[in-house]
Amino acid sequence: MNDELYNEIILECYRNPNNFGNLKNPDISFKDYNPLCGDIIKIDMNIQDNNICDICFSGSGCVISQVCADLLLNNLKNKNIKDVKNIDKNEMLKLINVELSPLRMKCALLSLKVLKMCIYNYLGEKLEVNKYD
Amino acid sequence: MLAVNKIKKDFPIFKRKINRHNLIYFDSAATSQKPKVVIRSISDFYSKHNANINRGIHTLSEESTMLYEGTRNKVAKFINSKPEEIIFTKNATESINLVVRSFVRPLLKNGDFILLTETEHHANLIPWLMLAEKTGVKIKYVPVDSNGILDYKEAEKLLSEKPKFFSFTYLSNVLGTINNAKKLTFLAHKYNVSVLIDACQFVPHMKIDVKNLDCDFLVFSSHKMFGPDGVGVLFGKLDLLKMTEPFLGGGDMVVEAYYDKFVINNVPNKFEAGTPNISGVVAFGNALDYLNKIGMNNIENHDKTIVNYAFDKISKIKNIDIYGAKSSRCALISFNLFTNSRKLIHPHDVSAILDSFGIAIRAGHHCCMPLHLKLNIPASCRVSFYIYNSKNEINFLVKKLEYIIKMFNGGVKNE
Repeated sequence: MNDELYNEIILECYRNPNNFGNLKNPDISFKDYNPLCGDIIKIDMNIQDNNICDICFSGSGCVISQVCADLLLNNLKNKNIKDVKNIDKNEMLKLINVELSPLRMKCALLSLKVLKMCIYNYLGEKLEVNKYD
Repeated sequence: MLAVNKIKKDFPIFKRKINRHNLIYFDSAATSQKPKVVIRSISDFYSKHNANINRGIHTLSEESTMLYEGTRNKVAKFINSKPEEIIFTKNATESINLVVRSFVRPLLKNGDFILLTETEHHANLIPWLMLAEKTGVKIKYVPVDSNGILDYKEAEKLLSEKPKFFSFTYLSNVLGTINNAKKLTFLAHKYNVSVLIDACQFVPHMKIDVKNLDCDFLVFSSHKMFGPDGVGVLFGKLDLLKMTEPFLGGGDMVVEAYYDKFVINNVPNKFEAGTPNISGVVAFGNALDYLNKIGMNNIENHDKTIVNYAFDKISKIKNIDIYGAKSSRCALISFNLFTNSRKLIHPHDVSAILDSFGIAIRAGHHCCMPLHLKLNIPASCRVSFYIYNSKNEINFLVKKLEYIIKMFNGGVKNE
């Protein structure tokens, strides 16, 4: 059994995510998908004085894509968007902390890409998206 | 049923362990595994006969030409055509592109349309969409119902509107339903419409006879029927191939070349420019010998028995959706698993967990995205069968599928 990838902590997080939902009138919202698997992630957030005051995600897809989104959003409330903007790939992968094949990497990084798109859109900047493809 | 244990011995790959388990290969619709005779044939060719074909007068060149043309004769016999009606391409996709660009495109006039079906995979869709982009030709589709059955009445209605060409799959790679290709061809010819049959999924499992079908073009790939990849077949009726423009230009497709003009070679060389995949074509000949040795009737019986057995077993699983009806099905089943609360268990998760037990299945949209959109699913799991699959393997699969559902429901914590 692929214990590591589908361990009970990950499955429990998948069944009962902390940050799943939609905001009523989000300041910013962005949705993207992984055409290979059909994973969809949408992130809504409200921002006040450059701090994230409310954030949640919705979507559907494989365990890895959904759990990564939830883990990523866990500690973002009240964080400054400048700091959030700088979260990199490795920090994201540390959160899930299981070995991923190159193909599953796309599932794991989808939510980080969406998060960055939210913030870059908010700041009116352009993101080099191929870093997360 | 064939003696699967004996057959498995013909395929070296089954000596491999996948995640400490014996390999159970349920992905033959993507590509089949290769028997020893085919693998050995490639190494034999390079060790004993290697030379370019149609070019030299030396012994090796004559041998390699004979071997290459030998496969053409075998293919012709296999599908009941003339040898010169067989064109070797890179794969079935290239065969379709050849017909689209060199046969259909030159015939197009303003206001023409092309007829396809809603079950086409990308190989029989994208080349036509590309044609539409370039020429403005319209594309219409014969609809399929939720059971995967084509609407033959609608097909006739659309054919009566005189499309320029009708291209359809013999066996859907998602639904596993066998289309009545003879009837569709007959209907098309009634309205003077030429047809191409995409027989990639059909030819590996059932005897085919292009004379009986009366189709104008038919395509398939070596790699789905025990042969190597990089070899595709285009069958075309001789008079139509003669009308067809050359596809690629280069050596072998001309008989005379000057600085300012050239004279095109005859069919089939006209369509085989440049050095082809000689060793691959030769090995494909050995794959056909292998198929004939097992016997196409035995293969059809085995594959139908397995798919029916699997369908009955899999459909008993609680929380499963199977796509397509049981009847007129061959070789494959697509499905999705759900939790008790009807939440989709993503096919990539199903595939990853099955892989940890040594089971290889396909997960995704199987290069058939529009049909998935129509069925309103992001992706599906597909198990496909061939002569090396047994009922025991199906039983093991069903057990593991039930385990996965339980796992996602949160019921295997202490197992």
